[in-house]
Amino acid sequence: MNAPARIKGPTTLVHGPRGGCDRPVLKERGQREVFCGLTGIVWLHRKIQDAFFLVVGSRTCAHLLQSAAGVMIFAEPRFATAVIDERDLAGLADAHDELDRVVTELLARRPDIKLLFLVGSCPSEVIKLDLAKAAERLNRNYHPATRVLAYSGSGIETTFTEGEDACLASLVPDLAATDASQLLLVGALPDIVEDQFLRMLSAMGIDSVAVLPGRNADAMPAVGPNTSYMLLQPFLTETAARLAGRGAQYLPALFPFGAAGTRAFLAAAAARFGVSDETFEAVIAAPEKRAHEAIARHRPTLAGKSISFFPDSQLEPPLARFLAEECDMRPIEVGSPYLHRQHLAEELPRLPQDVRLSEGQDVDRQLARLEDDGPDLTVCGLGLANPLEARGYRTKWAIELIFSPIHGFEQAGDLAELFARPLQRAERLAV
Amino acid sequence: MKLTMWTYEGPPHIGAMRVATGMKGLHYVLHAPQGDTYADLLFTMIERRGARPPVTYTTFQARDLGSDTAEMFKNAAKDAYEREAPEAMMVGASCTAELIQDDPGGLAKALDLPCPTIPLELPSYSKKENWGAAETFYRLCRTLADPATAEGREQASCNILGPTALGFRHRDDTAEIKALLTTLGIKVNVVAPMPARPSDLVRLPAAAFNVVLYPEIAETAARWMERAFKQPFTKVVPIGVGATREFIAEVAALAGVDPEPALDDDNSRMPWWSRSVDSNYLTGKRVFVFGDATHAAAIARVCAEEMGFRVVGLGTYSREGARTIRAVAKDLELEPLITDDYLEVEAAIKAAEPEMVLGSQMERHIAKRFGISCAVISAPVHVQDFPARRSPVMGFEGANVLFDTLVHPLTMGLEEHLLTMFREDHEFSDEAGASHLAAHAPRPSAAPAVSSEILIAPPSAHAAMADGGCAEDLIPAEAAGLEMPALEWDSDAQKELKKIPFFVRGKARQNTERYAAERGMSRITVETLYDAKAHFGR
Ligand code: SF4
Ligand code: SF4
Repeated sequence: MNAPARIKGPTTLVHGPRGGCDRPVLKERGQREVFCGLTGIVWLHRKIQDAFFLVVGSRTCAHLLQSAAGVMIFAEPRFATAVIDERDLAGLADAHDELDRVVTELLARRPDIKLLFLVGSCPSEVIKLDLAKAAERLNRNYHPATRVLAYSGSGIETTFTEGEDACLASLVPDLAATDASQLLLVGALPDIVEDQFLRMLSAMGIDSVAVLPGRNADAMPAVGPNTSYMLLQPFLTETAARLAGRGAQYLPALFPFGAAGTRAFLAAAAARFGVSDETFEAVIAAPEKRAHEAIARHRPTLAGKSISFFPDSQLEPPLARFLAEECDMRPIEVGSPYLHRQHLAEELPRLPQDVRLSEGQDVDRQLARLEDDGPDLTVCGLGLANPLEARGYRTKWAIELIFSPIHGFEQAGDLAELFARPLQRAERLAV
Repeated sequence: MKLTMWTYEGPPHIGAMRVATGMKGLHYVLHAPQGDTYADLLFTMIERRGARPPVTYTTFQARDLGSDTAEMFKNAAKDAYEREAPEAMMVGASCTAELIQDDPGGLAKALDLPCPTIPLELPSYSKKENWGAAETFYRLCRTLADPATAEGREQASCNILGPTALGFRHRDDTAEIKALLTTLGIKVNVVAPMPARPSDLVRLPAAAFNVVLYPEIAETAARWMERAFKQPFTKVVPIGVGATREFIAEVAALAGVDPEPALDDDNSRMPWWSRSVDSNYLTGKRVFVFGDATHAAAIARVCAEEMGFRVVGLGTYSREGARTIRAVAKDLELEPLITDDYLEVEAAIKAAEPEMVLGSQMERHIAKRFGISCAVISAPVHVQDFPARRSPVMGFEGANVLFDTLVHPLTMGLEEHLLTMFREDHEFSDEAGASHLAAHAPRPSAAPAVSSEILIAPPSAHAAMADGGCAEDLIPAEAAGLEMPALEWDSDAQKELKKIPFFVRGKARQNTERYAAERGMSRITVETLYDAKAHFGR
């Protein structure tokens, strides 16, 4: 458990300053039904085009990855598992030597790899295989051709999206230093969405904007005391802490979901960089209008419908805010694996007062509450979706909210549609 | 440590889950971290199950380690018993819990639950999914089967062993074989693991013999029952017409009944379909077969003996099944491929140059990358391998299904001729794909396209596939990492190429260019074209 990016468990975290939100939170500690942080590899490897993710783990880890990735069409994916076997455990083989051998084999096969992440798993952490040390050692051999970093995506340390947090956090110590004034956007979004944000910011005259992670190993941003960073995703706890450690300033805002979220997010950037109201409004006018129109198309389907969230990605509170404010939905329970009070300081107060907030999970108890609540739509993981459908609940797969482009003005309509589609389908079907 | 990009089999506890999920009234408490709950989606999404697998995960976290993970396990087991009231419970550890050595078996025993509790020891760091399923089923049988139920058993009675959740066509095979046994007047005592209850396993000894449909899963238990209850078990897996006939003879002998009623099944259409003149074009088609040992071995035999194909490669990812595959490979004069590394399989497929690949979902994807026709005949499975209609691969109906499955990806013989006939017609367009497939929507073209209806031939053919393509998201060869040399075709060769029917033209071009490239030629002439044709022709 020596991986560099230690993510503390949900209830042990020290809370940041309370953002004026002291609403009661139901804390759960029972069986969880969520992916581990390894899952983040599925989208991270596509974001950083010359990175390879090598999980040091078991056959279970390999199986999880391929099951979460779902498809096998890649000729050779940029992720793999170094599967620990009996010999490694029995001490017959030195695990570090074995790892070096596997990395050598891998890099010989894939000389195009510029950034190699050693990703810790539950087994590697339980046997105390120090991947940070391994990365240091491997760097002596492979840097600068290939940079080797380590982070933990293990299920005992990280829940689903916390894997991305751990990965991005592992990049931070390596970032170049800069004194320049700049805006840093943090979070791995699809390139097309990222470009939309960059275009709008640039149109406002904010030209020095950097993004973490960069699209390849050579495009990682620099950071320093005159960097203001904004989080594109609510789950980037450790990354934020490390950026603060490098002197960067946290710029709080709503998360850019829906028209209101995106406006508020961009407004925070505009205010920080002295953009005039006029310019700001001129830049966002057209896309914001498109967003409003696109959302309006789905509002008739969504308005008045109740919705509950199973804890999954930590996106639950901002999404519930969007659905309540802009789609007139009625959130009943908003469950999240972890509520970061500081990063959600703007979000939580905007949730309707009667919303039940829950943190952590006890899946059977939540299923019992669902039975009482009877929501029109339930957002849950893939393991629960069909069983709930079979019991007459309409569901939305939470993982689609992570895999699909949903941030920003241009995607606001798509985001609403993700929730509208299961409801519309239920209406259509007569079988 | 082994570098693994993809794995055919999951860890052994997934095998245990396949057994538990196939059964009713059984619950499995698995000491495992939260991420391991991904396994639920295999059943709820791939198999579209409408209920959660009967599994409770303890989902311990780092902060629990060293303090109270054992306590967590006990609580989870107790709660699960109270919530589910199962007839029996299995307890075990996944890879991580195996390392922390909490001994779920001992902990569960100490709880003294009022139902049989079966501890599973499934070594995650050496064994895999099928082994886990076999071991789990064996443990269940050992714990639950009551020898007293053997009293007064009839000779014409059997159990059907092997079907589990997430198996390749297990649901339909079981129904098919059950019907076949009923035709013979053989009583089916218990079908297990799927869909039996623990209380059904108690009376396993009441049957005179066991029918083993999937040796990967049921052979360990069947061997033990052979010793413990004097129940012989079947060795023939009834896939294909020939094997089904042998299977009928085998069970009839074990049961002491007349095999005839099952042997002349009017619904066995496969032999005539294969003898029909239209099937001539199937002769000698080169096929590569890879999968679990049972399916790969049986299907290779079907290909060779019942379809008239030429099997150019045969292998399995299951080391336990290597012997089965070696035997068949020897008969077919092939070097068997025993590996669980899909990159090796990919290389073998490339080298064997098959016209069709029969394998698991992974081989389907490999074939797609190479633009080779393919069909799925084995686990690991994908959502498409759970068709809504009945679709067995065992018994005579299974053989009918196999005929369709193996012919569907290839261009039909009749259609081949008709396409050639219509080729010069003005309304004919090369750009037309098979009209029944959206993925083959015609490429833009001024001329109206001929549709497969005009061609009379059954619309099941994938014209574009013979064109080196494939019905689903075809990845260009370049993207798949195949080098595409820049070769120059001289104009006569170009013209000659044009005369080749479009649906084989792509292949002809590809083969010719490959032939030329391999010989370091830079210009392709008519000669080269025919040299290549002779080289690649069978
Ligand atoms: S929870 Fe742990 S053991 Fe399971 S897949 Fe994730 S990292 Fe691997
Ligand atoms: S469409 Fe392509 S991938 Fe699908 S079965 Fe036919 S040949 Fe194979």
